[in-house]
Amino acid sequence: MADVKKIATRDGYGNALKELVAQHDNVIVFDADLAGSTKTGVVRKAFPDRHVNCGIAEGNMMAVAAGAASMGFVAFASSFAMFAAGRAFEQVRNSIGYTGLNVKIGASHGGISVGEDGASHQCCEDIALMRTIPGMVVMNPADEVEARAAVKAAYEHDGPVYMRFCRLATPVFHDPETFSFRIGKGEVLRDGTDVAILSTGLMTVEAIEAGKVLAEAGISARVINLCTIKPLDEELVLKAARECGKVITCEEHSIIGGLGEAVCALLSEKCPTPVRRIGVNDTFGHSGPAVALLKEFGLSWEHIVEVAKDFCRKA
Amino acid sequence: MNDQEKKQLLVTAWKVRKGIVESTHAAKSGHPGGSLSAADVFTYLYFRELNIDPKNPKWEDRDRFVLSKGHTAPGLYAALAHRGFFPVEDLKTLRRIDSYLQGHPNMNSVPGVDMSTGSLGQGVSCAAGMALAARKKGMGCNVYTLLGDGEIEEGEVWEALMFASHYKLDNLCVIIDNNGLQIDGPIDEVMSSYPIVDKLVAFGFETVAIDGNNFDQLESAFEKFHRTEGKPFAIVMKTVKGLGVSFMENNVDWHGKGPNDSEYEIAMKELNAKLAELEAM
Repeated sequence: MADVKKIATRDGYGNALKELVAQHDNVIVFDADLAGSTKTGVVRKAFPDRHVNCGIAEGNMMAVAAGAASMGFVAFASSFAMFAAGRAFEQVRNSIGYTGLNVKIGASHGGISVGEDGASHQCCEDIALMRTIPGMVVMNPADEVEARAAVKAAYEHDGPVYMRFCRLATPVFHDPETFSFRIGKGEVLRDGTDVAILSTGLMTVEAIEAGKVLAEAGISARVINLCTIKPLDEELVLKAARECGKVITCEEHSIIGGLGEAVCALLSEKCPTPVRRIGVNDTFGHSGPAVALLKEFGLSWEHIVEVAKDFCRKA
Repeated sequence: MNDQEKKQLLVTAWKVRKGIVESTHAAKSGHPGGSLSAADVFTYLYFRELNIDPKNPKWEDRDRFVLSKGHTAPGLYAALAHRGFFPVEDLKTLRRIDSYLQGHPNMNSVPGVDMSTGSLGQGVSCAAGMALAARKKGMGCNVYTLLGDGEIEEGEVWEALMFASHYKLDNLCVIIDNNGLQIDGPIDEVMSSYPIVDKLVAFGFETVAIDGNNFDQLESAFEKFHRTEGKPFAIVMKTVKGLGVSFMENNVDWHGKGPNDSEYEIAMKELNAKLAELEAM
């Protein structure tokens, strides 16, 4: 995919926010001294009155955003995933989740692709944390086009939303002209019958590549992109499990509590199916170039191919 | 305020106190101590200060009140009920499994509650966000929030105060109920939050220190809030925890439990006697 344009999903967040602010008087954006990195700085530059810096105080920012939402704003609150979902978890749970207020959390720097900053900033637990909050929508867009669509869908959605974006520029595979997006709807990117590969976030590009390589090896893989992890597209996942009989989940997140476990919970109750989870295996990351880290942690098409081949051989 | 108005406030404050004792007795739990210390400020806010309409609790331009020390919901509920937001008799359903009067305030179930609170430190942040939003929207309303002196041990409180000061939120009034006691004991033994006034001044607040169980002082404090421009306002009010029920006063044991039947009888006798005395004034 060398000729494909690469843009980080966090850029999609900033650009979509800027459009939303231009279009709607009721949008307000909060950040916690990371506007340059979360890309809300795009809004700050264009519409300084609609961007509020809260300083390095994420817990306060989340509850401030809840207060603003209670006054009729659709409040977007941004930080790194580590601090938005991690440090501010309890504020998100009580002031945003329990109230059901219209706060949209834009969390950049999800996963180990943060790279050189190392484990303290590489959040692989955010999806797990956010999934446990009743009513919280959890989305993890796969490319910049999907990120922009997710931000706009979040604005239209009534209630709390958590959106996870990445720092690393990744290939844009969706066509913005034809792409349509709905919260809670998965997307079949490749049809297949031997194994279903369910992926989210930047792993979807890897899953697409794995699907091609597996086809050359005679394995028919169905590749499904699941931007919305909660609510999960149960119908699509169950159909894939029934028709393929084997499921692989791929996420740049801990194998505990993320897409993999969400899929396992669904399948174990409604359609018991063998599953292999690809993700961060209950370990911390470390410093290094993002692409090298992704390879090291098995978050690559090569690893998906390896797992799929092994899975299909044994089945 | 004239003598008649003050008398009416005192009568109402004692009715609010009765509501606190009745509801926590019925619930066999809840937080009477900090509700009673703040009964006068609840009364002043809902009967004299806040621009609200009990018939239209979601009126957009209303003043907002956030009970950051959410565990003192019995005091807030009693004030709301007597102000006409819901029937006074419902106070006895506090904390019951089928009641809308949750143990801590829920904005989605209780008419007149502007923000769900209970986890200490968050209400003041929400209030700051409301004040900022009101200003961004060009609304003329004010936002009031009540915190405990133990609550301000939470770091988030100071994040919120820094935020309010940075954005010069002069439509925000932060009230701190300095009753001197928290669950585990006196605040200066558990984790001293003193000196409270000095800290607020250092954080950029126009600050007054008053007796929070005195309506004249409450009135002058809120008048000063209305005169203050360009910075947020704080009222640090010294109060007596459990005020109105002799055995609860300044007694840490009454932070978080309801009176049993015999304690309830004594408490109600005291409150009724005081109420009769006030009404006869």
